[in-house]
Parts: sequence; structure tokens; C-alpha cells
Amino acid sequence: MARKMFPSVPSAENAAFWAACDAGTLMVPKCKSCGKSHWYPRALCPHCFSDQVELVASAGTGVIYSFSHMPRAPEPYTVAYVTVPEGVTILTNIVDCDPATLKIGQAVKLTWAKVEGGPQVWCYTPA
Amino acid sequence: MSIKGKAYIAGAYEHPTRKAPDKSVAQLHAECAAGALADAGLTKDDVDGYVCAGDAPGMGPINMIDYMNLNKLRFMDSTDVGGSSYLLHVAHAAQAIAAGRANVVLITLAGRPRSEGQATGTAPRAGNPMVPDTQFEQQYATVTANGYGMCAARHMYEYGTTSEQLAWIKVAASHHAQYNPHAMLRDVVTVEDVINSPMVATPLHRLDCCVISDGGGALIVTSPEIAKSLKRPLVKVIGAGESPKGQMGGLVDLTYSGAVRSGAQAWAEAGVKPADIKYASIYDSFTITVLMQLEDLGFCAKGQGGKFVADGNLISGVGKLPFNTDGGGLCNNHPANRGGITKVIEAVRQLRGEAHPKVQVPNCDIALAHGTGGMLGTRHGSATLIMERE
Repeated sequence: MARKMFPSVPSAENAAFWAACDAGTLMVPKCKSCGKSHWYPRALCPHCFSDQVELVASAGTGVIYSFSHMPRAPEPYTVAYVTVPEGVTILTNIVDCDPATLKIGQAVKLTWAKVEGGPQVWCYTPA
Repeated sequence: MSIKGKAYIAGAYEHPTRKAPDKSVAQLHAECAAGALADAGLTKDDVDGYVCAGDAPGMGPINMIDYMNLNKLRFMDSTDVGGSSYLLHVAHAAQAIAAGRANVVLITLAGRPRSEGQATGTAPRAGNPMVPDTQFEQQYATVTANGYGMCAARHMYEYGTTSEQLAWIKVAASHHAQYNPHAMLRDVVTVEDVINSPMVATPLHRLDCCVISDGGGALIVTSPEIAKSLKRPLVKVIGAGESPKGQMGGLVDLTYSGAVRSGAQAWAEAGVKPADIKYASIYDSFTITVLMQLEDLGFCAKGQGGKFVADGNLISGVGKLPFNTDGGGLCNNHPANRGGITKVIEAVRQLRGEAHPKVQVPNCDIALAHGTGGMLGTRHGSATLIMERE
């Protein structure tokens, strides 16, 4: 994509998550104590405060929960929330698409965007 | 302990400037403070509490306190929940007064985003990497406009809300702004004007967005004894509520705001209901902000906001719920990118009977002011205030 993204600065707390991103796997944190997934990734489960959080590979699919396209940006882009099968809704960009055809409820699939100076980041594109 | 009846808003001042390239932010804060004290009939030496938020330059309230040389303080607070801060500050000031910790609390807001050339709502800015969400979000360029755009898109999907219905909110604000000589945008606009303005962040058009203005405002909250010793009409705080709302650990729901909880607290404390409100100041960073807050505060059922705001229902003298009779953030003023204090100021004008005669609500005895601060689409603060003329 044309738009230059700000690089993420991975925190030590999420080193394993970001290493998986660079290896091409989106991990969704899941609590072994309460069984719930969460987003964004944290060391302590935000549902029950347990520190027994494991990373589970996402299936790589999802559904658009909502989106907003910025047609007047220097490089137009689309920000979105995508609900993934693991049960959380993730902030992202929808890329490689005609934004005029996007719809809430539409199926999308995971893709990756290279970012200068940082790890690659998850994006979604119409399935 | 309830704050009902324990504090009064004795002074209110909105800076007349909308562009202040020759003033400093600190100077604007102080000019607003002086204006509110003069309005109340009090002096700087009467102030024993000071509250500000993140727009005040310095470490919390400390640098502005020193700049203004407020040296009798025994209460200070700088809770920053964005544009909703100043509504919550009134409640915190009332709590301090009720607890005997202060008698005269000064609240200030000021900033100059217009002079500084900020593309406030549309230009992506790199976030602080220490903020825990930054590393997961900033790469996607969530800016203010598209965060609210996602809320509007979901509302349309869930409830069939239309761009025309949202446009009515701007139309109502413009009808009010034509009477405000200080308003940044004074032209009355139509639904078509809004729909035909450039798309900024789908489905929000340029005229769905608030202005970017320099300026500020200040409030003076006092004990009942002091308020009754002054010559101004009495505006009593009777209820308040505050609530955060975020992404709930990934269980994102954009269909409602923190107003569901902050409103419920304020209604319960005040002992009044939406039908009792004669005038409402509703935070209008975007048209969708107003629509969601009206639903969440209970002025209409969830999903019915579009129908509620249509056909001029928010226009003073025309509709059932006159709102933002100063022209609001959509037309009048959004100083420092934070519209909370102007929401309280216009409610005070209405309760005093000092709004412009063309928009003054007859017998305005109970008013509500509500603010949303931060990003409706990610995480925000919500504050509700209910006031009564005594």
C-alpha cells in the first residue's frame, strides 16, 4: 500500500506477539484461566486479571464490523474494525480493494503490510 | 454523598476570539479566568480551588496556578478526559465544595489549534509508544474523523440511520449560530448543503464535523452561601455522572457511548428525567456524537436518534429539545479541540435567561450539559451535568 505507516514500537510485554507477526502469524491472546480471548494483547487478561495468557494463531479470516474510508487523505485509506473467529474485534486497515464496494458484514482475509522501521502489521482484504 | 444543591455555577465566560495568533495559550487561560471572575463578581483572591485539563500548559495545574499567581488554593485537580473534562470538573469542584475543601473553584480551558495550523481531526500523528494501545493502532491512522466515522457507519447499519438525518443536527446548530456574533460559521445551512459537502471520513462529510477554533472559556463553581451573596442569577448543580468507555478487551460495541452510564448517574442524583429538560448542551464534535448521546441519555430510544433529530426537532422555538443554542462546536466554537466548557457556558446562559433572545428557551429552569472526550470509536470519557435555575 502506498500510505506510509507509523512503525509500531513493540513493547517487551508483547515480544512474542510481534515476533509471530514478523513470521507471518497473527496471534490472538487467550486466557487459560477464564477461557476468553482479548484484544489488544496484554500480559494480564483484561477480563479476569489472570497472567495465564497464551497466544493462539488466528484462522486468518474475519468479518467487517465497521469501517471508514478517507478519500481526501494524501493517500486514501480505509480504517476498520474486523471481528475474527477467535471472538475479538481488531482495529486494522482494509487494503487492496475498491472502498466504494466495502460493506459491513463482508468477509475478509488476513494480509500483511510491510512497515519501514518496524514489524509487519496485519491488514485485511476482501475474501 | 450527593452533590445535589451543594454547589452553584456563579461565573461563566467564553472568550470572544476564534483566532488568536498574537496570544499565548497561558494568556488565553488567564483572560478566561479574569472574564469568569468578573462575571461572577469575584476576584482572584477569592479563588481557593483550581481545575484544568491537558490543554493547560505545564505539569497538571501547577504551571498555570503559578502563572496566574493563585496563592490561596487548597483544592486542585487536572483530570484529563479530553473534551468532556470540564463537565466532570464541575462535578469534582462540587464534590470538593460539599466536602468543605473549597468555596470558590476556578475551571479554565484554552488553546490555539487554528493558529497553530493543526489538521486536528484528519492528520495522523505518531503516538506515545508507552501508551499501551499505540503499538497496535497508530499504524492504521485512526484519526478523530474516521474513529467517529466508524461509529456512524455502524449506526446506519444497525438502525437505518441516514446521512440526511445526521445533517439535521448541523442544520439546527447553524440556525442558532446565525444569532451569535462570535460564531465561526454563521451561515444557515440546509440538509443538502451538508450532504453535498466533501466527504471527509465515510459516512461523515465536512459539514458533519466541528470547527477548529482558538479560544477558551472558564467557569466559577461556588458554595451556596457565596453564590447567594452575589448578584448573578442562581444556577444550581443538581446531578452529575462520569463514565469511561473503551474497547472492552476486544468486545467492541460502537453502538453506544459512555453516556449510558454517566447519564444514568446524573438522572438518579438530580431526580429528574429527560422530559424535564428544557435545554440541552450536547457535545457536537461530529453530528454522530450528538445523535448517539441523545439516545444514550434517554431522550429517545436506542436507534431512534435519526428520527428524533430530523425536521428541526433540535431548533429552539421549533423543536421539542432545543440544543446548542450558541451554535455549538459545529458552528460556533471548539476551542483547543475541546468543546466541554462551552457546553456548560451556554447552559448557564439559558438558565440565567441570558441566551440570545432569538434562541432563549422560555422559562428555562432545568438544563443538561453532556460531553464526550477522546475517541468515540476507541476509548473515551463521558460526563453529564444537570443544572437548575433557583
